[in-house]
Amino acid sequence: MNKILRVNMSTLTTAIEAVPAAWAGLGGRGLTSTIVAAEVPPTCHPLGPNNKLVFAPGLLTGSPAANSGRLSAGTKSPLTGTIKESNAGGTAAQMLARLGIKALIIEGIPAKEAWYSLHVNKDGVTVQEETELIGKGNFAVIEALESRLGKKTGILTIGPAGELKMTAANISVKDPDSKIRSHGRGGLGAVMGSKRIKFISIDDQGAPGVKIAEPDKFKAAARTFAKALLDHPVSGEGLPTYGTNVLVNILNEAGGLPTRNFTYGQFEGHDKISGETMHDTIVARGGKPKHGCHAGCIIQCSQVYHDKEGKYVTSGFEYETIWGLGADCCIDNLDDIARADNLMDDIGIDSIETAVMFGVAMEAGILPFGDGKGIIRLLTEEIAKGTPLGRILGGGAGSVGKTYGVTRVPVVKNQAIPAYDPRSVKGIGITYATSTMGADHTAGYTIATNILNVGGYVDPLKKDGQVELSRNLQIATAAVDSTGMCIFVAFPALDIPECLPALIDMINARFGIALTGDDVTNLGKHILKIERQFNIEAGITREHDRLPEFFRTETVAPHNAVWDFTDAEIDEFWNF
Amino acid sequence: MLITVKLFATFRNGRFKIDHQELPEGTDCRSIVVNLGLTEAEIGIILVNGRHASLDYTLQDSDTLALFPLVGGG
Repeated sequence: MNKILRVNMSTLTTAIEAVPAAWAGLGGRGLTSTIVAAEVPPTCHPLGPNNKLVFAPGLLTGSPAANSGRLSAGTKSPLTGTIKESNAGGTAAQMLARLGIKALIIEGIPAKEAWYSLHVNKDGVTVQEETELIGKGNFAVIEALESRLGKKTGILTIGPAGELKMTAANISVKDPDSKIRSHGRGGLGAVMGSKRIKFISIDDQGAPGVKIAEPDKFKAAARTFAKALLDHPVSGEGLPTYGTNVLVNILNEAGGLPTRNFTYGQFEGHDKISGETMHDTIVARGGKPKHGCHAGCIIQCSQVYHDKEGKYVTSGFEYETIWGLGADCCIDNLDDIARADNLMDDIGIDSIETAVMFGVAMEAGILPFGDGKGIIRLLTEEIAKGTPLGRILGGGAGSVGKTYGVTRVPVVKNQAIPAYDPRSVKGIGITYATSTMGADHTAGYTIATNILNVGGYVDPLKKDGQVELSRNLQIATAAVDSTGMCIFVAFPALDIPECLPALIDMINARFGIALTGDDVTNLGKHILKIERQFNIEAGITREHDRLPEFFRTETVAPHNAVWDFTDAEIDEFWNF
Repeated sequence: MLITVKLFATFRNGRFKIDHQELPEGTDCRSIVVNLGLTEAEIGIILVNGRHASLDYTLQDSDTLALFPLVGGG
């Protein structure tokens, strides 16, 4: 990968630039965060002309390495006010990598009230005015662009939520089946909307492809790596069979399944929305229990969910979405949750932020707990149309909490807390509190070790060892997010000794370099420190590394656990 | 003593979701696992009353034992 594409939306001009030496060894999150930190003033308004939106494939993306097709998108988040990297599957990352594009940087804001699109191909990037698809949902955009530009076109698009600059808006990425994966968290869709870009289309015909410096060495390492993924029971069997939603019953049993807007740790209707039930339903209706978000994925944790008539409803139907609309909103009807998931994809709004938001909205009395049809109505009649109520809801959990005077609002740095209660799974609470991204389970997934017995075991109900566990995982995750790898490679990497060295060997063989394990750890530390420095300069300091007050004052059943870390104990996280 | 046994994921195949078993005092998790025709190597997560436990754990009257293969998500 040898070029940077830069688009200036103020002047509607584009440029192809050489990769600066300092960026040569970076990819994915490492690169997006480095560029945002170098070029975006931390105090800028996220939706103003000084913010930038950066896309970067990972270091191994476009190579034959299994599960390496993830795309990083970085910016200053309008939801959190922090730096943000959001990571997604789909086809775009591998196309950009094959085109030799290390990063696409979008800056400025157009002078006139028009909408635009970008088109990326082997000759660079161009800006066009767009009229036809403005106001359209993401599925209609993908369908129209495939007929306009060809079936193989890669697409990054925003729905109505992004056009309306809602802070829960996401960026949708076309997947191999012309459906949708998402740069979900942090309101990146609003940033793309602020730059008045409806979609980015990608054509990789004539792409030079990814050259491997040492092909034999690469092939051997890639084989070892793929074997580890297939041998580990989580990535090789559990995820392909039940998807991420297998976690509903486990977290329910462990008392860590946030229920009724984080009031309880167990949900009566858990079995109806569980991974086991979902698997049987999918099979009975002729859907697909296994499915990959990008070519070359051998874990296949995604799935295609059909309705009773056997027609497509949604895919990439994840635990966090199902938990959020299910246990947290007390909806025990998987079909209603699937319909809402499809609508969120079409509107282009983060399904974690939005699900948690609905829990707060129910507590606020906007609709009753358990009202699945009500959620579908609010999505279509209010959020998709951008009514005043729709804009409040589209601002996420924090927005609804503030507007309605709710005190139980599960957010950190204004980003909704996902599907694991931090009182009864304490390690993940440290990740929520300290992540540079706001509450984000993927930033340092302690559930592996707190609940799933992967990478050892640290008791979820005790404070001992949680800060160190979260720190080690956040460092490793920052590095993995730079490779283009799916984060689920962490399950085998934590347990199978050959896995991580094989990953490093692939990077070395790809570029003809000699990184060690320590180099990779140092890369992870460096990324976290760059991100934190940006946040501090943006005014987000250690006082923001805190969970909401109610986690200290309200116990959660069945363990009657509370959040009991002192501020000093949390701040120890950054001692590295 | 009466023990509630819950099975999850692939462990349910050909077995049950939930069962109430009358067992002698002093029964540990391992003997229930063996009685179910499962091997120790297949066991990923053992929860007794929602807390992690080992195969050696001696169950008490009215305990709930939940058994999971090694699975994950996120």
